[in-house]
Parts: sequence; structure tokens; C-alpha cells
Amino acid sequence: MLSYLVRRFASALLSIFLAALLVFAALLTIPGDPAEIILGLNASPGSVTALREQLGLDVPPVPRFLNWLGGALRGDFGDSLNYRRPVSELIAGRLQVSVPLALGAMAIACLIALPLGVISALRQGSWLDPLIVSLAQLGAAVPSFWLGLMLILFFSVELGWLPAGGYMTWERSPIGAIRSLILPAIALGLGQAAVITRMTRASMLEVLRQDYVRTASAKGLPQSRVVLVHSLRNALVTIVTVIGLSMVQLLVGAIVIEQVFALPGLGRLALTAIGARDFPLLQAEVLLYATAIVTLSFIVDVLYGILDPRIRYS
Amino acid sequence: MASSRLARRPELGGSITGAGMVRSFRGRLNLTLGALLITAVVLAALLSFLWLPSDPNAMDFSVRLAPPSLEHPLGTDQFGRDLLSRLMVGARATLYVGLIAVGIALGLGSLVGAISGFVGGVLDDLLMRIVDVLYAFPPILMAILLAAIYRPGALTAMVAIGIATVPVFARLMRSSVLSLKERDFVEAGRALGATGPRILWRHILPSATSPIIVQVSLSLAVAILAEAALSFLGLGTPPRVPSWGNMLREAQSFMALSPYPALVPGLAIVVTVLGWSLLGDGLRDALDPQSRR
Repeated sequence: MLSYLVRRFASALLSIFLAALLVFAALLTIPGDPAEIILGLNASPGSVTALREQLGLDVPPVPRFLNWLGGALRGDFGDSLNYRRPVSELIAGRLQVSVPLALGAMAIACLIALPLGVISALRQGSWLDPLIVSLAQLGAAVPSFWLGLMLILFFSVELGWLPAGGYMTWERSPIGAIRSLILPAIALGLGQAAVITRMTRASMLEVLRQDYVRTASAKGLPQSRVVLVHSLRNALVTIVTVIGLSMVQLLVGAIVIEQVFALPGLGRLALTAIGARDFPLLQAEVLLYATAIVTLSFIVDVLYGILDPRIRYS
Repeated sequence: MASSRLARRPELGGSITGAGMVRSFRGRLNLTLGALLITAVVLAALLSFLWLPSDPNAMDFSVRLAPPSLEHPLGTDQFGRDLLSRLMVGARATLYVGLIAVGIALGLGSLVGAISGFVGGVLDDLLMRIVDVLYAFPPILMAILLAAIYRPGALTAMVAIGIATVPVFARLMRSSVLSLKERDFVEAGRALGATGPRILWRHILPSATSPIIVQVSLSLAVAILAEAALSFLGLGTPPRVPSWGNMLREAQSFMALSPYPALVPGLAIVVTVLGWSLLGDGLRDALDPQSRR
């Protein structure tokens, strides 16, 4: 187990390094001089030279990459060209929106999906199972940003219960912050709920077929114990993997949802960086997302081993 | 009576054929429904080249944000443009971007996967390492990176979605090739003196197509969702060409005045994505009866 952990960790680190290399190298393929492109045609030669220096473009690519990576390891991604503030500071501020959004969406997805998936598997053959399966199939086809628009239409425009967009900071009003995150979290969570429901059902069905579950039923254990302790716990091994993958989808889906609800999160920051050609900010953001995704898959793999001791890593 | 109760409780060792029959019936239903939905969308897109209810770009300010009527069956948008016509033209952009993106992923991914699985060794390790890294860049993230460097647009969106989907096909193809290359008929080909590329092309690839076909259908569902999201963000199909994503982008500001411009393209996306995913699930049941799903 330990040697597996070490190897898996090394592999995750290598993936993050290669992702950083890709983000950096992608920028090298830009046609023309980045400094001239950022400043436009009317820039004075002096300001172009100054920007080249700020971006470190006068240094050859390899040392420049190492400088950037070294800075990144210390959490220093340079200054944003657009906001003229340290990139790390900007990102830290935006995390206050994006992290609660993702976690809230995940909580909603799990609260809906786990019971539905288990019920669906237990009621295979009744009308309930096909109904849940069909709803899940439909739910997975609904784009989260359109669901967001429909939620705004119903709960904000028609009923006026919740804000249609914008964000109240936690310092100003925690309740306001939560209110502004409810609809986005539902919009983001429901699609993943559909995916997790299907996988929970499938892995429960798989487990319910096993001999030890039949034994547990046969020796007269209460159904609830058979389902919750003997079956669900083992089905969770697969479900955890799916939840990990769902978390990746949520992180990326949040970029679009933040735009729908005008939430000042990481995703909107990245989108403004595209328009402003704010490369230091953009590189940092893309690398951050990629790192989060690699880390999630690492965590999932480790949890896999903890939840299912039968898995022996060779 | 007793047998039907057993069939309902397969977890208690009930009839497996009962569950199997239910599954294959559901599989056929999925296949039929998926095929119908996709045919409808494709026909609408093709019809839009020959005939449209009205000019999708003709503005008429006397009927801004109108509800459905005989003249405009699905209503109009904020410029009084006919929503049905725009929807039909939008189907082109959506299908086009999706098909090209999945085409890129299929071509590149299958090639990488086949070589990786067939050659093995260091090359396999290297290619799979690259594929692993690509997993860290889902379509939207890849599109953001590429849009910043080049120019946001349909081409950037297609390439981004395509490259981000490469790992799916590479993995799938590699595992097929790995399991097939040890089989007797491949050994026989090799014994008869066939060269590597010929074995791969004539013996292995034909046997690996079923899972790939299923995956193409499922990936189209994902690609179309991604295209819509990117166009909604303004990183996909440009505003002058109607697409479902950018129709929704424009509709958001006017939702309080009329729900139709936001409702119609969204439903079209749901129908198309559902169509491809049902078709994929149905094909899996039809092509691979052993799959337990």
C-alpha cells in the first residue's frame, strides 16, 4: 500500500509538471510577439520593451519556464496585466465564491443521487426503477447553464424568491452570500446528480448480486442492515470514483454557471483574462484547474484503497 | 406467482433472463428513441439548406419577443427574428462543431491508442503519460487556453473539444488492441507472415469497432453540450451565425419579457444530447449483449 501511495503520488506530481509544461508551451505557439499583441498596434516601442521585460520575454524559454514554475511553487504567479495586482491575491479572493459553489453543488448532487440510486436498485422490476433511470438519463442531457436560466426565470423572475445573479460577500452578509449561491449550486448539482444516480444504481445492482449479500439476507439480518452495511458500503467504492469525476465536472461547469449568475468566481476571472489577453493570470488559472483535477483523481485512487482493503496494489 | 416474485428480486438469485429481457427491451427502446430524435434534428438541419419558414436574420421590430403564432410557430427574439428558422439554422452549427470535434478525437485518439497498445514498451508508457495529462484539461478548460492564445471561434472550439476528447478514444482503442493482439486469429495472421501494420489494420481494428461506435455516439452528446456552453460564453460559434448556445446567450437579457427565446434553443439542446446518449446506450446493448449496465 505504501509503495503504491508513493508511486501514485510521484505520478500525480509528474502529471502536474507536464500540465504546467503544456500551459507554458501553448503560449509559446502564439503567432507573433505576445507583448505587441497585448499592447496592440499603437503601442510605443518603449512600452513594448517594458512589458517584454515584465513578462520575462527577454529570457530564453527554458529558464523562463523554470522561473515561472519556481514562482508557481511559491504561489507567486506574477502580476495580472489587467488588474495590476498579484495573480495569487486575485485567485484567493475568487476562491471564496468558487469553493462554496462547488461544494454546495456536490452536496446537492449527493443528497439527491445516493438515495435515488439505492432505491432504484432495490426496486428493480417495479415502476419506480425505470422512472428514476429515465429521469437520470434526461437530467444528464440538460445543460447546466440552461437549467440555470430556467431557474432564474422561475424562482427569480416569476416568484422573486432568490436573486437572479450577482453576489453578496461573506463579510457583508453571510445569508446574502448563501442566497446568491443557492440557484447556481442547484443548476450545477442536478446534472451531476443524474450521473451519480445512474452509477449508484449500477454498482448497487452489482453488489446485490453477490453471494455474501444473499447470505446476509438468508441468515435473517434486517433488510436495512443488509442494504446499508453489507451492500452500500461496498458499492461506495465505485460511487466514490464517480463522485471524484463529478467534482471535476463541477469545477469546470462552474465556469459557465458563474457567467450565467454573474458570480465573481474563478471562472469569470478566467473569461475576463481571455478578453484582456492577461496571460500571467490565465496561465495561473488554467494550471490551477489542471492541478485540482490531477489532485482529485489522486485522492479518488487513494480512497479506493482505503474503502476496499481487498484491492492490493502491486 | 412465486416465479414472478423471484424475477423481481434478482439480488436474491432470481431469474437472470427476466432482468436480461427487461434490459434488451430497454436497449431497443433506447436505440429507437435515440435514432428518432437524432434523425429529426439532422433532418431539420438539412432542411434548413433548402427551405426555412422565414429569413432567420430578417428583423421585424413590430413583433419583438412575440409568443408563438401562426406566422412564427415558436415566437420571435428581441429583434423580431423568427425563432424556428434560427433554431433550424442553429442545428447546423451545433451538429457541425460536434461532428468535427468528435472526428478529431476519433482519428487522433484511435491512432494513438492503437499504436500504444500494439507497439507497447516505452512508446506505450510515453503516449499514455501524454494522454493522462490531457485528462487534466476538459473541453471548456482547453477552449479557454486556446481561445486566449489564438482567437475565440468555432474552429478553436472544435479543436479544443476534439483534443480534450482524445484520451477517451486513446484509452478505449488501446485496451481493445491489448486484448485482441493475443487472440488466436491474430497469431494466425502473424504466423502467415503478415506485417505489423497489416495485422493492426486487417485483423485487429475490425474487431475493435463496436465499442468505438458506441463511444462516438456518447462523445457526440458530450461535445454538443460543450459546444453549446462555449457558444453561450462567447467562445464558440460567432454571434452572426445562429447557434443554440449563442441564441441562449442573447436570450438571457430578455427572459423577463419573453421566455420563448430562452426556452426553445435549450429544449433543442436537450433533445439532441438525449438523442445521442440514448443512441449510444442502445447501440451498446445491441452490439455487446454481455455488457452489464
